[in-house]
Amino acid sequence: MAELTYREAVAYGIAQEMRREPSLVMLGEDIGPAGGVFKTTVGLIDEFGPERIRDTPISEQAILGAAMGAAMTGVPVIAEIMFSDFFAVCWDILANQIAKSRYMTDGQVSFPIVIRTANGGGVRFGAQHSQSVENWAMMIPGLKVVAPSTPEDVVGLMAASIRDPDPVVFFEHKALMGAKAEIPDGEIVDRLGTAKVLREGADVTIAALAAMVPRALEAAERLAQDGISAEVIDVRSLVPLDTRTLLGSVAKTGRFFTVEENPRLCGWGAELVSIVSDEAFWDLDGPSIRITTPHIPLPAAASLEDLALPSVDRIYETVAKSVETRSGA
Amino acid sequence: MHTDPRYDYALREPRLPPPVDHTLNDAPIDLDVRVGMYRSLHLLRGFGKRAHDLFLQNLVKGTTHLSLGMEAVATGFGAALQPGDYTFATYRGHAHSLARGMDPGAALAELCGRSNGILGGKGGSMHLTDAAKGMMGSYAIIGAHLCIANGAAWSAQMRGTDQVAVAFFGDGTSNIGAFHEALNLAKVWNLPVVFVCENNLYMEYTPIDIVTAVSPPVAGRASAYGLEEIVIDGNDPDRVYLTAVQAVGKARSGGGPSLIEAVTYRSGGHSRADPGKYRPAEEVGAWAEHDPVPLYHARLLSAGVEEDRLEAIQEEVAEAIDSATSFAQMGAEPGEAALMSEVYADGGSAWRN
Repeated sequence: MAELTYREAVAYGIAQEMRREPSLVMLGEDIGPAGGVFKTTVGLIDEFGPERIRDTPISEQAILGAAMGAAMTGVPVIAEIMFSDFFAVCWDILANQIAKSRYMTDGQVSFPIVIRTANGGGVRFGAQHSQSVENWAMMIPGLKVVAPSTPEDVVGLMAASIRDPDPVVFFEHKALMGAKAEIPDGEIVDRLGTAKVLREGADVTIAALAAMVPRALEAAERLAQDGISAEVIDVRSLVPLDTRTLLGSVAKTGRFFTVEENPRLCGWGAELVSIVSDEAFWDLDGPSIRITTPHIPLPAAASLEDLALPSVDRIYETVAKSVETRSGA
Repeated sequence: MHTDPRYDYALREPRLPPPVDHTLNDAPIDLDVRVGMYRSLHLLRGFGKRAHDLFLQNLVKGTTHLSLGMEAVATGFGAALQPGDYTFATYRGHAHSLARGMDPGAALAELCGRSNGILGGKGGSMHLTDAAKGMMGSYAIIGAHLCIANGAAWSAQMRGTDQVAVAFFGDGTSNIGAFHEALNLAKVWNLPVVFVCENNLYMEYTPIDIVTAVSPPVAGRASAYGLEEIVIDGNDPDRVYLTAVQAVGKARSGGGPSLIEAVTYRSGGHSRADPGKYRPAEEVGAWAEHDPVPLYHARLLSAGVEEDRLEAIQEEVAEAIDSATSFAQMGAEPGEAALMSEVYADGGSAWRN
């Protein structure tokens, strides 16, 4: 067992796969000697050299284009987009080219690419370096979308993403970089499309993602003190989506809540609520409720950002109030 | 009626073609290669005309971007490339696809939206791809594929093969960011890639020179990336071929990227919706006189090829186009199985369990 931070787990997971697959390469801005602006690639250039860990210019289209061209000609690639906000300048390559080319060519070409990016808020960077954009990626057919919340999941889902023959957008959360946990020895390989029940409960189901997961767990602890038993599910993989685990939980609890960092409109939770509504309507004992960031750009000031993102208090209060209302208390 | 060239581009000074370079009559090119290019020109021309006809018959739907008048670029490069090389084209990609050996029937069937199309009807006119033949795709958003061609070249470099990637694009691409990102990275990484601009003088409906800071629009950017300025007559197959051999050979031997501006002209409009009336009549007429098909016919006659041989090639190609048309029309319309397949590598489209 080794104790790793979330940020160390990124390099740990990449190194595990680079040792296994000699043709795997990575490219991105400042990922080499600098070790990445979030220090998520520290040490990789020392072990794997500058041919496999490639520093690039600030050219996000060139980065994703190179990843695509290499992948479709037989070289598996990890590409780093420093901040997920920067997807906006290379969205064509991701959404129009990488995502669609297998379908448009009727399967002539494959894209074994992992696109890693630092996502989310909580670090006071303001509206252009703090967005949660996993829902942007989720709505493009052809992409897979993963967002781990723990160091072990970073390693295991990184391995699963790298071994997957499809393009995977891998969201690393900025606010979780310092989170520490024990990692088991030996090779760690997880599976995409699997949610995890992190806390079992009988009264309500709370689905959360990335930095919202520890908040949901803390809220569940407080709800327990009030006698409300909350089941907390780490969704982990938006595409493929583990609806079986979600629907199974709702069948048990009869109440469904999502905790989303993305701004309200078209957040991933809306899709989950829609699925629950379609397929578990008769299991429900009350409305499904989404706890999200309001539909605003993220502000920079600490006090404002804290007000915007779903907090433990807000999760706790929303769930508690909803359950109380239902029970007529 | 506008009388001001700022509002009616057809009133501008015509941009005339260069004179035919007759010194190329004696160009050091194998006769077999030249005869092959002659056949290619006719195949590409015949295909383009047939695609146009089928469009008018409502058998080709949506839109088509033809290379009529511009076939010499695809022909010259097609002759210079090796089977393992990679071609990346734009939505105006029919000629480049055929020049890399795509079956004309499968290409025409794709334009007609049939299940026997090269993409099963799922890509259409703007996305012709035949990866097995090195035709790595036709890309319909300006600029992206220059970056993607870099990736294929990078892959060849990493795998230690001598493959070369070639990206064809229009003059309008010179003003989008991806073009500049691609050139810079290609030079910095010394990639085996050749960027080929088909400068047909109009970005779509607008003359390229009135929206571009430098002239010529592509070669004028070369020095910014440490590349040589190369402008050629893109309607002369021999000139294109010789330039291609040099640039591809340089890339193959580790000499890095090249940027080539091949000046050419569309005989028609940008797409099927465009009659091309923004062009001065004198200009259209002058370029029609500089059409690569008659130009090359005269070239080969002067090189000693017999008229009978050239006519036999024309007949053979005409039959090939007819048989491609029959093949396309024979195809069924694709159904639900095709609709939901190949979104992901497992062959399906499932996004949930």
